[in-house]
Amino acid sequence: MRQKLTIAVPRGALLAGTLDLLDGLGVDTEEVRGNDRKLLFEDAGIVTMRPSDVPTYVEHGAADIGITGKDVLLEQPDRDVYELVDLGYGRCEMVVAARQGDDALAESLRRLGRVRVATKYPRVALRHFAETGRQAEIVQVNGSVELAPLTGLVDGIVDLTATGTTLRENGLEVLEQIVTCTARLIANPVAHKLKAPDIDELVRRIREAGP
Amino acid sequence: MHPIPPGTRDVLPDEMAELRSISERLRATLDSAGYGEVWTPLIEYEEVLNTGEGAGAHYRMFDERGRVLALRSDMTIPIARLVATRLAGAATPLRLSYFAHAYRSVGHGTGHQSEFLQSGLELIGVAGEEGEAEVIELTLAALDAAGLARHRIGLGDGALYRTLLATLEVPRARHGELIERLSMRDLVGLERVVDQLGLARDARDVLVRLPSLRGGPEVFDRAGGPAGTALDGLRTLHAALEDRGVADRVILDLGLVRMLGYYTGAVYEVYDPAVGFTLGGGGRYDDLIGRFGAPQPACGMALDVQRVHIAQAAEERLR
Repeated sequence: MRQKLTIAVPRGALLAGTLDLLDGLGVDTEEVRGNDRKLLFEDAGIVTMRPSDVPTYVEHGAADIGITGKDVLLEQPDRDVYELVDLGYGRCEMVVAARQGDDALAESLRRLGRVRVATKYPRVALRHFAETGRQAEIVQVNGSVELAPLTGLVDGIVDLTATGTTLRENGLEVLEQIVTCTARLIANPVAHKLKAPDIDELVRRIREAGP
Repeated sequence: MHPIPPGTRDVLPDEMAELRSISERLRATLDSAGYGEVWTPLIEYEEVLNTGEGAGAHYRMFDERGRVLALRSDMTIPIARLVATRLAGAATPLRLSYFAHAYRSVGHGTGHQSEFLQSGLELIGVAGEEGEAEVIELTLAALDAAGLARHRIGLGDGALYRTLLATLEVPRARHGELIERLSMRDLVGLERVVDQLGLARDARDVLVRLPSLRGGPEVFDRAGGPAGTALDGLRTLHAALEDRGVADRVILDLGLVRMLGYYTGAVYEVYDPAVGFTLGGGGRYDDLIGRFGAPQPACGMALDVQRVHIAQAAEERLR
């Protein structure tokens, strides 16, 4: 089936679930599955990118709709996009974690009046600590967040975890759960009006096939 | 390197000539409909912008006596002030237009403009659907004149969801949360909050379904049941648009809410398939001029001239 809509598809952990979903809707994803370097698949109406870029492409209308994680949407709340459907897959927890058997977070708060936290999600982290009445200094890192508390850079981290394995293997434990994140279908606000029948039909079929 | 602030830009002669030509065509349409052009100061007292409850003050400075000045963030509030002061007691309806820059801060690297040129119109002293229909018809005509062909106007009622919440006796304390989800366009979150309210099935369904209803007059039937009388305003306006022969270029959107606090009824957005952003928007603001001391019903629309230019350029490529 040739899509009338351009879909922004996230590479990485959400890719497999997204392609399965699209297969179920009759979109031909074979070429995407067979090619992990190519980014634009015009015949299928698919563009692939990092999950955190999906809201950008959809907001600017370079894609009509897109799929990305709730974690990405929480970190980019100013993006003007519709959040249409909770797709259910890609389930992860956003958590606060720190070194096992270590009360660095609480001690730091008691003696120094604030916690130091490393994260790839500074806005989510700041908001969580503000909502729980704690001052936080956010240290933004771009990868391997687990390393930060082990080296003494910070007291703890805010990160996304699916099974907790990576945290455990690095001697970290989950202290607080912030929010559960799943894949979401988002839409450009203009496409949502001008291509309403196509988008509604897609949403209806996703809900029918739904979990 | 001598950088300019994020979201601002220099315009060179080629682009300027095209922007000028679009502006002239928009202006000619508004002129011939009897809309007189006005200017107001680029800087206002911050207090004036706050009185309006619009986009607020984004760029502030002090004058020599320590008063807080701000760059205007739209033209509707300065014009409301103007109407209540300089034009108090003038015969209505008043038809005013403007071409002016307004300022709102944007994040680095978002691709949005913090300085934008607006072309707009305000119709003051006409209550109800006839005022709104005139503004919508004229906006469509101005964009025709600017060289667009596929533009549409999204039309909603900014008060609809609140009316519905009151009708369905949803506790007042929950309204803010629901309206916030709706204005964030977070329909997943909205459904989640509605589900916590413990409403009867059909009440729950209408609250969840309503924001997704958009299209032609069939949406009135699809809304059904509890939404019934809350839709009367939009129904009347739609009939007025049919009389003017422009209803087929209007997309009814029952989920449309515009963020600015001063809107009291109908709200509009302007779309073109060539641009992923709205080209402009507006609505009815019957309480705004009254906040400056001279109550008047009013409605208006503002277009972002640079975005209209992008759409016009795309339209030219299609031909």
